[in-house]
Amino acid sequence: MNEHEQYAEDLALYAIDALRGEDRAKLDQHLATCAACRLELEQLRGDTAALALSATGPRPPQRARQRLLEAVGREPRAASSKVREARSWWGWLGWAATAAVIVFAASLWRENAALRQTLASAGSQAAESAREVDELRRIAAPILAPEAQRVTLVSAKAPPQPQGKAFYLRDRGSLVFLANNMPALPPQKAYELWLIPVSGAPIPAGVFRPDAHGSASVVNPPLPANTEAKTFAITVENEAGSAAPTTPVLMVGAGE
Amino acid sequence: MAELYDRYSSVVYAVALRVLGDTGAAEDVLQEVFMQLWRNPSAFDAARGSLGSWLAVITRNRAIDFLRKRRPETDIEDVVLSVAPDLAGEAERSRAAEKVRGVMGTMTPAQRSALEMAYWEGMSHSEIADKTGEPLGTIKTRIRTGLIALRKAFQT
Repeated sequence: MNEHEQYAEDLALYAIDALRGEDRAKLDQHLATCAACRLELEQLRGDTAALALSATGPRPPQRARQRLLEAVGREPRAASSKVREARSWWGWLGWAATAAVIVFAASLWRENAALRQTLASAGSQAAESAREVDELRRIAAPILAPEAQRVTLVSAKAPPQPQGKAFYLRDRGSLVFLANNMPALPPQKAYELWLIPVSGAPIPAGVFRPDAHGSASVVNPPLPANTEAKTFAITVENEAGSAAPTTPVLMVGAGE
Repeated sequence: MAELYDRYSSVVYAVALRVLGDTGAAEDVLQEVFMQLWRNPSAFDAARGSLGSWLAVITRNRAIDFLRKRRPETDIEDVVLSVAPDLAGEAERSRAAEKVRGVMGTMTPAQRSALEMAYWEGMSHSEIADKTGEPLGTIKTRIRTGLIALRKAFQT
């Protein structure tokens, strides 16, 4: 018996959309990480297609064609497909994917000025890129906008703990850092984020002061090209920032 | 869309009608399936299978949802299938139907009935087990081996 045998029969039920509830959730979890079972599911669905295609009967009435074409005429494809894609996309986004979107959006923002210049002369391709930028900006806005309401959910019994998340795309040199529950600081002091490279000294990755709610963000600080990060850390420094940490590390990446 | 409709509407309608047994409801499902394709054509991944087969599977699932008055559980984008023949033409479909009937004919009546109840009536394995008085595991096995038997028939 191979390791996937235990799922074999549930996969058949899944393929005919007959697996529900807890069993389905359990199999969904397994499918997310198991390519072999995904492949078997695709094949089982192919098998069910043969069953479906064996149905024979009269043709649909002519009015059904008319009804469909009228409905299609009333509903332009571009607008509606956009909405649908956005919704299902968000449904899929976990933290990692969200991070990729944010970092990509942020790096696009940085390139936006150049892109706008290009737009003036380039044709539809650049216009499409601009639409992508707008779309990404729209998606990232609730996460990055200063006025956005941020709520971090933690165990009801635990006091709020300072928390930071860094999203870093090395090949783009793009970094987005979001923090919550950061304690307020004395005047002239600020938090400084550090990129800790695989080898060498910590690299300054932005200075920030939390708002009244303890939230803060750093978007695309200047960083040396193509630096592999071992982790990120935070210290308290003078408001202007420091070239090297001068106080003990307050927070450090736990690794994910 | 008119071209796609002309090519595939008879498949979609036949599947919906087989499940629902009611021409009005089958028309509603036909409309919904083609509108979904219109709204989101990228949901179908041409690299992984044929459009006719995909539409047949989507239609069967939607018709069962309709029959059972339940909300769709599977997004059409998540329905990916492979190694399925594209049987848009009447002649190919008729040959395939014959082949399927042949395979079903080789199954024991209990197995054929389990597969048909699950596929065309949308009954869960526990409902089938209740109805037939057989263990859950037996029903699951029957459904799976039935599908595998169909696979083998289309591989040869």
